[in-house]
Amino acid sequence: MSERTPGTSTGTISTRAPGRRTTSGMSRGQNILRGVVLTIGAVAFLFPFYYMIVGSLQKSPDTSIAGAFPNPANLTLENYADINSRVNLMQTLLNSGIFTGGVILGTLVFGVLVGYALAQLQWRGRGITFALVLLVQVVPFQLLMIPLYVMIARDYGLADNYLGMILPFAINSTAVIIFRQYFLQVPRELFDAARIDGAGEVVLLWRIALPLVRPALLTVVLLTFIGPWNEFLWPFLVTKPASMQPLAVALANYISTVAASAANPFGAVLAGACVLAGPAVILFILFQRHFVSTDIGSGVKG
Amino acid sequence: MTVTASRTSSAGSPNRAPGGRATRRRPWLGRNPIGLLLSAPYLVFVIAVFAYPLVFAVYMAFHDYFFAAPGAQVDRPFVGLDNFQEVLSDPAVIRSFGNVGIFLLINVPLTVVLSLVLATALNKAVRGRTFLRVAYYVPYVTASVAVVGVWLFLFSGGGLVNQILGPLAPDPSWLISPTWAMPTIALFVTWKQLGFYILLYLAALQSVSTELYEAASTDGAGAIRKFFSVTIPGVRPATVLVLLLSTVTGANLFTEPYLLTGGGGPNGASTSPVLLMYQKGIEQGNPDTASAIGIILVIGVLILAFIQRKVAGGDES
Repeated sequence: MSERTPGTSTGTISTRAPGRRTTSGMSRGQNILRGVVLTIGAVAFLFPFYYMIVGSLQKSPDTSIAGAFPNPANLTLENYADINSRVNLMQTLLNSGIFTGGVILGTLVFGVLVGYALAQLQWRGRGITFALVLLVQVVPFQLLMIPLYVMIARDYGLADNYLGMILPFAINSTAVIIFRQYFLQVPRELFDAARIDGAGEVVLLWRIALPLVRPALLTVVLLTFIGPWNEFLWPFLVTKPASMQPLAVALANYISTVAASAANPFGAVLAGACVLAGPAVILFILFQRHFVSTDIGSGVKG
Repeated sequence: MTVTASRTSSAGSPNRAPGGRATRRRPWLGRNPIGLLLSAPYLVFVIAVFAYPLVFAVYMAFHDYFFAAPGAQVDRPFVGLDNFQEVLSDPAVIRSFGNVGIFLLINVPLTVVLSLVLATALNKAVRGRTFLRVAYYVPYVTASVAVVGVWLFLFSGGGLVNQILGPLAPDPSWLISPTWAMPTIALFVTWKQLGFYILLYLAALQSVSTELYEAASTDGAGAIRKFFSVTIPGVRPATVLVLLLSTVTGANLFTEPYLLTGGGGPNGASTSPVLLMYQKGIEQGNPDTASAIGIILVIGVLILAFIQRKVAGGDES
């Protein structure tokens, strides 16, 4: 019975008597077809990651089909030591961490303030500010790349500087929208009551508003994390010395100059790739429930 | 007319309780002027990082702008459309726009079709939903630089892909072939971004009413028919968004040609406009022509977005 091919069974459905099936009672063939599609998708998405790990552990790069399976005789941690000697992993990870941490901090602090002001307060310019938050999302960074480089690296002398790296990403507008969305769900009476009790705006924000949107904090941290951690173009433009480069930039420089010298260039590149991908993937898997599609959707749609 | 009438009438009776909001005198900065104070850092940020550079980019494109020592007084004359003329008569620039056109022709339709099909399948899946959701999203949360490493390994001359294809493998191999370099990059970006669009479509599918599906079933529609007659029209707003976002992302292509094909090779076959902006603006010190390329690129994207909206958008937002 499980031998039925998906094609024939989808064919039979349309000839079935109308109104006989409920939405939950899907035919077996359809389920199989769906399973096949979903499995092919999952393999296509996950295989490169599997291959990344396998490749990073190979003593000599084995590109044959058998090489896709770990071979105990060809396993080594050499590549990690190798990439560490080319790209100072501790230093570049620290740089990535400072860059990412700075962006997250700015986004959380200022994002909460604007989100709260947009959702709960009435002030002149609120409409324009919200329009700006939406508008900013459609400005392509690449158009700003050249002027920002001229301003930050040339005029303000912030090249090779953490501040210069962080500045263009200091407040994530998607996060502002997410905070606003969460604050909108908090009844305004709650704040009015606290105001009548004599609470100042700062106390109000810190004691009442912030605890209420704690789930939003986590979502925003996770969403913001992947931006600067993975960002290549901007830190690549503003950092020249290797000691200031985030891991993504250092690894990219290694890839583009690679091959030349290393004994097993692919192994070393893949080892570096594992180190770079690791934190983002692990965070995502641990907290995947918080990457809710509606958040992302609302983040994009406004 | 009615508005003015009710305005004047309510102004005449300021004691009216519920409808009288319009007449209550508000402070000029609103009831909670502190809102402006809380938003001030963000507004400064938007002006410094978005508004000013945007104006600056346009300024540079119309002037003979070059880098000078800090503090030096230099003359940067207005040159009208000279930069644009220079850029548009440069075959490398034309080539890069052609390349991004090829990229979009492959990437955008593939993204829309694959993400919609996978989202639809995932939406009804019962078992392994969480696992699949994670699997599809992982490439999106991973740095391009990291996955580029694996793709280089997979698509290199003697790489796994060619090993599997055997005699069918293209020669020269994918990333060093003038024909295949751009399609391979387009495939890479589609693969990397797909999870994000699947999630967008999943969210949109939640809002397609189940009654429509039931009605279609009652009318005897099969699964395929329902997909075309209910699902696709139902998620049209999401499709418009996916079209727009994938076009914008594609136009901003930089990291992939820089790393996968070693800076737009072979022989400029995979150069993207943004890569040229980097090479001309920062490596060669011509920020004025680079800005001109940027402006042409943005205008091109706006035109594409407008066409997409006309074709796919209909009257929905």
